[in-house]
Amino acid sequence: MEHRPHSYGVMAEFDTPEEIMAAAKKTREAGYKHVTAYTPFPIEGLAEEIGFKWTAVPLITLLGGIGGGLTGFGMQYWMMAVSYPLNIGGRPLNSWPAFIPVTFELTILGAATFAVLGMIALNKLPEPYHPVFNVDRFSHASTDKFFLCIQAKDPKYNLAETARFLQGLNAKHVDEVKDE
Amino acid sequence: MDPMSDLANNEKLLRILEGAPAADTARGQQHADEHEEEAEDATRQEAKLDLSALRRKLKEKSGKEYWRTLEELADNPHFDALLHREFPRHASEWDDAVDRRGFLKLMGASLALAGLAGCGRPDEAHIAPYVKQPDQVIPGRPNFYATAMPFSGDAIGVIVESHEGRPTKIEGNPDHPSSLGASNAFVQASILNLYDPDRAQTVMYTGEIRSWSAFLDAAQSLATSVKATSGEGFRILTGSVSSPTLNSQIKKLLAAYPAAKWHHWEPATGDGPTEGAKLAFGRVVNTVYVPGKANVILSLDSDFLASGPGQIAYAKQFARRRKLDGPNGTLNRLYVVEPVPSVTGSSADHRLPLRASEIELFSRALGGKLGLGSDAALAGHAAKWLDTVVADLEKERGASLVVAGEYQPAAVHALAHAINLKLGNVGTTLYYTEPVEALPTGNAESLRELCADISHGKVDLLIILGGNPVYDAPHDFDFAAKLLKVPNSIRLSPYYDETSRYSKWHISESHYLEGWSDARGHDGTASIIQPLISPLYYTHSAHDVIAAFSDKPGMPAYDAVRNYWTEASAHLESSLDAGWRKWLNDGVIPGTKFAPITPELKFNAASLPAQAPAKPDQIEYVFRPDPTVHDGRYANNGWLQELPKPLTKLTWDNAALVSPKLAQTKNLAHIVQARGGEHGQILSALVDIELNGSKVTAASWTLPGVAENTVVLPLGYGRTHAGYTGTNKGFNAYVVRTSDALWTASNGKMTPNGETYPLACTQYHFNMEGRQILVTGTLEEYKKNPAFAHESGEAPPKSDSLYKEFAYPGYAWGMAIDLNKCNGCSACVVACQAENNIPVVGKDQVMRGREMHWIRIDRYYTGTDADSSREGKTGDPSEYSPTLDNPETFFQPVPCMQCENAPCEQVCPVDATVHSAEGLNDMVYNRCIGTRYCSNNCPYKVRRFNFLRFQDWETPQLKLLRNPEVTVRSRGVMEKCTYCVQRINNVRIDAEKQNRPIRDNEIVTACESACPSEAIVFGNANDPTSKVAKLKADERNYSILAEINARPRTTYLAAVRNPNPGGEKA
Amino acid sequence: MSVTQPPIDSPEIRRLEPVLAPGHTYLSVTDKIAAVVLTRPLGIGWLAGFGLTFSLVMLLFLSLAWLITKGVGIWGINIPIGWGFAIVNFVWWIGIGHAGTLISAILYLLNQKWRTSINRFAEAMTLFAVACAGIFPLIHTGRPWMAYYMFPYPSTMGIWPQFRSPLIWDVFAVSTYGTVSLLFWYVGLLPDLATLRDRAKDRAQQLAYGVLSLGWRNSAHHWHRYQSAYLLLAGLATPLVLSVHTVVSFDFSVAIVPGWHTTIFPPYFVAGAIYSGFAMVLTLAIPLRKAYGLEDFITMRHLENMAKVMLATGLIVAYGYFIEFFMAYYSGNKFDVFLANQRLHGPYSHFYYALILCNILTPQLLWFEKVRRNVAALFIMSLVINTGMWLERFVIVVISLTRDYMPSAWGRYSATFWDYSTFVGTLGLFVMLMFLFVRGLPAIAISEMRELVAHQSHGKGEHQ
Repeated sequence: MEHRPHSYGVMAEFDTPEEIMAAAKKTREAGYKHVTAYTPFPIEGLAEEIGFKWTAVPLITLLGGIGGGLTGFGMQYWMMAVSYPLNIGGRPLNSWPAFIPVTFELTILGAATFAVLGMIALNKLPEPYHPVFNVDRFSHASTDKFFLCIQAKDPKYNLAETARFLQGLNAKHVDEVKDE
Repeated sequence: MDPMSDLANNEKLLRILEGAPAADTARGQQHADEHEEEAEDATRQEAKLDLSALRRKLKEKSGKEYWRTLEELADNPHFDALLHREFPRHASEWDDAVDRRGFLKLMGASLALAGLAGCGRPDEAHIAPYVKQPDQVIPGRPNFYATAMPFSGDAIGVIVESHEGRPTKIEGNPDHPSSLGASNAFVQASILNLYDPDRAQTVMYTGEIRSWSAFLDAAQSLATSVKATSGEGFRILTGSVSSPTLNSQIKKLLAAYPAAKWHHWEPATGDGPTEGAKLAFGRVVNTVYVPGKANVILSLDSDFLASGPGQIAYAKQFARRRKLDGPNGTLNRLYVVEPVPSVTGSSADHRLPLRASEIELFSRALGGKLGLGSDAALAGHAAKWLDTVVADLEKERGASLVVAGEYQPAAVHALAHAINLKLGNVGTTLYYTEPVEALPTGNAESLRELCADISHGKVDLLIILGGNPVYDAPHDFDFAAKLLKVPNSIRLSPYYDETSRYSKWHISESHYLEGWSDARGHDGTASIIQPLISPLYYTHSAHDVIAAFSDKPGMPAYDAVRNYWTEASAHLESSLDAGWRKWLNDGVIPGTKFAPITPELKFNAASLPAQAPAKPDQIEYVFRPDPTVHDGRYANNGWLQELPKPLTKLTWDNAALVSPKLAQTKNLAHIVQARGGEHGQILSALVDIELNGSKVTAASWTLPGVAENTVVLPLGYGRTHAGYTGTNKGFNAYVVRTSDALWTASNGKMTPNGETYPLACTQYHFNMEGRQILVTGTLEEYKKNPAFAHESGEAPPKSDSLYKEFAYPGYAWGMAIDLNKCNGCSACVVACQAENNIPVVGKDQVMRGREMHWIRIDRYYTGTDADSSREGKTGDPSEYSPTLDNPETFFQPVPCMQCENAPCEQVCPVDATVHSAEGLNDMVYNRCIGTRYCSNNCPYKVRRFNFLRFQDWETPQLKLLRNPEVTVRSRGVMEKCTYCVQRINNVRIDAEKQNRPIRDNEIVTACESACPSEAIVFGNANDPTSKVAKLKADERNYSILAEINARPRTTYLAAVRNPNPGGEKA
Repeated sequence: MSVTQPPIDSPEIRRLEPVLAPGHTYLSVTDKIAAVVLTRPLGIGWLAGFGLTFSLVMLLFLSLAWLITKGVGIWGINIPIGWGFAIVNFVWWIGIGHAGTLISAILYLLNQKWRTSINRFAEAMTLFAVACAGIFPLIHTGRPWMAYYMFPYPSTMGIWPQFRSPLIWDVFAVSTYGTVSLLFWYVGLLPDLATLRDRAKDRAQQLAYGVLSLGWRNSAHHWHRYQSAYLLLAGLATPLVLSVHTVVSFDFSVAIVPGWHTTIFPPYFVAGAIYSGFAMVLTLAIPLRKAYGLEDFITMRHLENMAKVMLATGLIVAYGYFIEFFMAYYSGNKFDVFLANQRLHGPYSHFYYALILCNILTPQLLWFEKVRRNVAALFIMSLVINTGMWLERFVIVVISLTRDYMPSAWGRYSATFWDYSTFVGTLGLFVMLMFLFVRGLPAIAISEMRELVAHQSHGKGEHQ
């Protein structure tokens, strides 16, 4: 049976950060929930405008750091004082001051790796295919154009109306985002 | 014999002399010239073919047969070439000829088997082990055998450690009067000579390999031919013979050939003692000193602590009088007058540098003061100095001793005898015996006679036993040419060396550990020399060679020795059969010690012909045997070549030693090279020395303490055919040495030729920069303030530490080194090298500061105003300062300090150096990755690193040499002194088997047992009754750089000298 | 929106000089930077430079091969000088890396917009410098094939690394530093990779950049998390970069060798690192902007700011030198005093004076704005300072070892051919990687430049 592409949403294109900020504001006021914006560089407050407030990245980072630090010191203490204790130049088995540098480095390492991997994971990357790529002009999202996309799963979504609504925000183009 | 064949032979010989040497030297020379390279390559090509053939043959045979096979093969000239130039490479020299390696492996493989086959343990029936039962060899447990090492003129009793039939280590024999349990560098290194791959391995005739039986036949035919003329033209040339058996064998031979003559040449033994005795007593006597009984000793240019017969015994006795227990202790006092700084001079309380020729003046003046009628005028300072000596000697009548140096003329010795008699010392601090040496005649005269006879064509059969006259005879004799004139020359020698190449027959000589013989110690005590291993190669002893000409050719040396002692034991308490086993077991034959004799003095000092004082500005050239290669016989011994010479700290070279002042006037500078620097490479000015009509170019070296206008020329270097290690090292002083000026020459000319030469010096900087390293004082200071050693720095109290101390409840190994006793002789360095498989790295690496010795001996000059040197003086001897004319010299052995707070351990990233429960600083070679951080952080710089693959892993003989109880380190790991941990554990195993604690002195480290002056003491510092603990409790005990708080387990007892309170400072 | 270029020579106006030349749009910056990677053909200059540096890398491999064959004995090191060029180079390279992290992290936290156009290749420089540095600790060991002993892995021997040793601290510090720098760099690259993906014409490029960009699509949500992660990374990298050279300085200050054992080392090593790092950034930036016509993005303002940083850190370093001497004499510790004298009068004094000339005297010219604004002068000075900093490490590592506690063991050091060839080899490696980088990845952060354009178009340009 032949597969009929359903619609992912409608996407509007703007020229400047100001325009898309305004558009995002109106979209929210119009009561759309499932909205995403695509901009060639981060724009302050845009995410908040389209209702994205809190991210877990800092928390993950903190956990990574704590984990790294504990592992660091624990490992050294265990190896030097428990697993294979040796008299090294008359220094105590638990020479904790000497263990600080490695503990510190592992704290940083844990935090940094968690921060990056956390960010990538939360962004659900790598994601080679995404419907928005089907829009021809979308490649400008990484250069000089600003896009606002209302997704089909939004309760208020209706292809024709939503498209018209976006038109009303004097978008340069409005395209349907198909999902083959 | 018919002259035609001689002629033919000579031509052949000359051909070989032209052809062969190129090949032979090529191995030794650093830069063989193209021609030689080609020659080498050519032979190598052919060689490979041979080799496969050889190996095929070897395969068919098994075990001992290899040797026979080898000999059959040996007639093949290519193989001969191989055997003599390709195969032997020196000891642990790191391998520089990569292309040659594979080839060596092949040779090694086949010959290793042969070597092993050769070294089964000698026949049980004959030799007896020391202490342990003979019939049990426990694998992995060494056996110990007593024997003796003959060394020009006397013998040193030794105990040899043998692992499954391989002798690996030599110690002194406590029961032997010439050893008293100690040894010296030569004894320690002699084991390497046994396994030297460069040893001559077969009988040779005009450069071609012959069988021993062939030689026996030839010998017999020669014997019969000379018999006709009752020995007319039959000559024997030997070095000093201290073997009674050999002596009697030769005597018997001479009896059989009445017209035959026995000549004698020892290049490095002075005629002084014999000629002096003749002058004093009208006969030759042997003088035995008892320094232990002397309160005041005056040495007239005698290095009795480190050279000449009895040196070890004397050093031991002397050191015991340097033992200082408590502020109320007493010390003997040593005055030394000498032109050349010596080990003895360095431990003197008063040292007066006088030129060699002025020593006699001094002795005459001394005689005069003591009322012997002799007289001489001395310069101001020397005169004052003399007065204090005289006063002291007279105060100590009967307990004083005057020792004359063997290189001094007869008059000095005669005076010394007279003075000792006058002071009533004879019988207490010295006594006379019959001569130990078999043929105590004047050296040069005997040889001169021989040369004269040869040039008159009177000699047609010459047997040369040992020695190396072509190399070391006075050059005015031109011995090489003479030797070629002799139709039949037979040479016995361990190496195919300079002399062998000019002789018709070359017989390879067995090492003293390979055959039966006997020898007398300095006091006449005889020992049987028993073999530890059957000969590695086709070698034979002097006994065999002499026997070959007797009516019993081929008589084994064993029989010769037995025969002699069956007769000789007649007037001993125990007969041979009764005593034999005990003799072998103890290493001495009881009752053979010479009884004292009292020769009457036939010498009137006043009658001495007046001696004109030498012109002060005239430069004197003094010849002396080299401290490490002696007269050249040890030139091919890598351990001795790399052993820093006690005073100069030079290795691998000799140098013309000049006083700082002379160096300044001739402006002979030293340039410290950037690579290695003070701890390695020094460029020194080359000087041309023209003397007695011949000329030699030598590197100059400024040595503080050399007498004014004196140039010292150490003998024993510049060998042209010594072997891989010894060839073309240093300069040959024999070239400018003539028979009429054997020890002191003048009318020479020394001119810097503008060029420089790199010398490998392991310690150039000589002052302590005011640091607490080598603490010294005088007896007076010590009595005033017994704790003076601690003023220069003290470790912070343990209570200051934030850390909890690690407890050492069990044994706490520690070492105490008494700087009062150490005389810098360096026996410990070689002993350590032998015990611990320490590689030789070669001159180039030493110049890069990479020598590997685990224990080094630092030499410091604390001249009258050492403090002035603290202000910015570089400690560079080539910067003249008056304090360098005659500085006080001190030695400090530096092994690993085994610090309790070891700085090295803390920085090792991989736990490769850690502390043991008994306080040892253990190196874990397997774990070491070679960051060298530990060495950087070691304040004492005792760690050694394998920068390259220094150890020789191919040469099979050297594999036999290794101590199986010590890891052979490879490239890239750090190593250092372990307190001979293998010895500790051997003793521990025994103790635990017997379920008892380890006793004090039960563990003896290699350095400790070698030390002739008992300066090094090792033991359990926890046990208050142990020797080491007592020493550490002494107030003189201090640790180097205590303020660092590394808490070393190796501590030192400050050196206390005993200068004459009223004495002239010198 | 277009501002007239103010006269260059009046300070108060120069203060307002933008970090991005006026007249640029989102498209123009993207085009200009992306073109260097995507469309611009390989110039002869690039090929020549790459060829040269590549041959140097071959020299490096040769040296390493010989090293492994024979052992570290092919170098000039000995007893007592156990560490030579290898460690000197290690410290030098690590130091150079620091400027990259500093620019991208610390200046980011301080919201210094002028960092934008230089941080990308500064970070690349960090990575490559760390790569070069990382070679040395490994190969300087006597048995490099055993170097893995330094990592805590469960071995049959049941033995672990010795964590009291600064060398182990190094292992962790350097590997952490390398990892974090890489992450930081990659995160920064993500959006630009997406840009390249979208602008790439041929399939191969599209594929490559597509894979690398992980499907990044500039969604506001992504940007949100992205910025939070990037900020955190910057926050973490800042203490890290300070810790790394501190740890490196511990290699010396923890040891008891006179001349090493001093508490001033951590701060003055870090300052020195930034000092040499900025010098290296200049050394790279000046030719780069010329070759690829990026003067609009890397303006005089950048060069001048970096010059100022060098002047500041240079003075800190000078203070470090002074304190070393002061403490030696003030403490009266005889070993330190002796060493201090050795530096001034010893056999290596000329090294010390050369170092003072390069690191302290020359940079004083930077007080003059004429010099600060003279590209040629800056370039030469950056080279001088890099040399000076190398000398500093030589003086610290080698000279201290030549004169330590036991006068009897004093020695000297001189490098061999292999010492030099290895060092030159790593220089080649560093520059070669740089060559590859400028042609393979955007040498300037495009998305951040776009941000800059946005700011400027709102007349905010003056407030950085």
